[in-house]
Amino acid sequence: MVGVPSRHKSIFLLGGMVLLQVLFLAFQVKRDSQGRLIRVWTVSAMSPFERAGSYGIGSVRGTWGHYFALQNTSRDNEQLRHENEALKLQVTQLESRVAEAARLERLLNFRSSHQQVPMLGARVIGASADSATRTIYLDRGEHDGIQKNMGVITPDGIVGKVIETFGNTSQVLLLTDKDSGVGAMLADSRIQSPVGGTGEPLLEMKYVANDDKVDVGERVVTSGMDRIFPRDLPVGTVKEIKPGNPFKLIRVQPAASLERLEEVIVLLTLQPLDLQKGASETAAPVANGKVASGVAAADKPAIDKPALNR
Amino acid sequence: MNEETYDLRTSESHIEVHKFYPGAIIVTLVVVFFLQAFLPQYFHKLAILDLPLLVTIYFGLSRRNPSTGLLLGMAIGLVQDSLSGPTVPLGLYGIAKTIIGYLASSIGARLDTEHPAARFALTILFFGVHQGILALERRILLAQPEVWFTLQLGIAALINAAVGMFLFALLDRLRKPS
Repeated sequence: MVGVPSRHKSIFLLGGMVLLQVLFLAFQVKRDSQGRLIRVWTVSAMSPFERAGSYGIGSVRGTWGHYFALQNTSRDNEQLRHENEALKLQVTQLESRVAEAARLERLLNFRSSHQQVPMLGARVIGASADSATRTIYLDRGEHDGIQKNMGVITPDGIVGKVIETFGNTSQVLLLTDKDSGVGAMLADSRIQSPVGGTGEPLLEMKYVANDDKVDVGERVVTSGMDRIFPRDLPVGTVKEIKPGNPFKLIRVQPAASLERLEEVIVLLTLQPLDLQKGASETAAPVANGKVASGVAAADKPAIDKPALNR
Repeated sequence: MNEETYDLRTSESHIEVHKFYPGAIIVTLVVVFFLQAFLPQYFHKLAILDLPLLVTIYFGLSRRNPSTGLLLGMAIGLVQDSLSGPTVPLGLYGIAKTIIGYLASSIGARLDTEHPAARFALTILFFGVHQGILALERRILLAQPEVWFTLQLGIAALINAAVGMFLFALLDRLRKPS
């Protein structure tokens, strides 16, 4: 029996581990499996830290920044600065809350103008663990009614779609990810074409023929053809147009600030939606002093101040 | 032949194997994954950093045991795969970091990698190898088009190496005194 020299053991171990992972990877590709159990474990282990960090560091960051900015302006009067220090801290805390309230107010306004549409406010608590993918984690998950493939938006425009759900967390594929795409059309000419991510800040509109007229600055909105997002939600604006073969190369600036997301809205349905129809239908019952019928319990307005102020 | 082996061992015995306080590696990994997911949210440009890779390199170079280096690299890579979402299959970063963990430990066992310049150069090298393995995996195993090298990747390698120098100095404090 010939033993394996100890210095070669690590090479065998390396070969074994790499082979094992290659087989695991092949299994996932073949079976379209995504190793959900392992993902649930790791995300469940990490999300409490992300959740705590999101709330803790966010408030510390606001207070810290404002406090030192104010400190510079009050050098002229040292005595007054000391006396007012506590007050200033309170002011800065209030300022950051006002800014947050303004953001939440926009979400609430958006929600109240589309009461027929089931929506849920959620806070962004983390981003992707690698630099190649563009995903974010939300502080709401399956327990709040979120399911895979639900659309995620802000009042400014669409954000992406839910690609994975866990108990109290969910993961959203941003529109800028290279695997992302949305049914879209040009707002003026109504030319339809999917818009996809490239892994960079700008999006790409893919199949617009060279003969079609497109202007820089033209708005791009959802077409509703992907059955995830309702029609006419802002996707972005045309930033750059180049002739291509056989289609134009159109770069689109996303309407929502995808790099600075803090709160988002999840569309709590997998059915095709019509926001404009929803809004007009809502107006009539409210005018009559009645609540619109046919709104299931799960479809009740989910954006409430306590929930968003968490 | 025997004499050569003896010489090699003698030269290796000059390189110190560093040990860490209990729990230091686990705490470091939790902090690193938290920062990796958290920092880009507020400072978008920091998404260019691959902190899990830097930690894999550091512990590989310090512990100088290829077996533990590759196993730690595999664990870090698989956690990174899990947290990156379903668009990244489990094993993509796992394989890359397994190999990096092995290479870092093997090089650490043969060279003195304590000097900041050596660490800087090695981090750039490992970053390049890591990207190469990822591109190879995407092309061969996943049939996805992936570029081998871009200017952005070159800049990312330099930035990661620069951050690595500071991070490594910080992590040196977690070592047990020899």
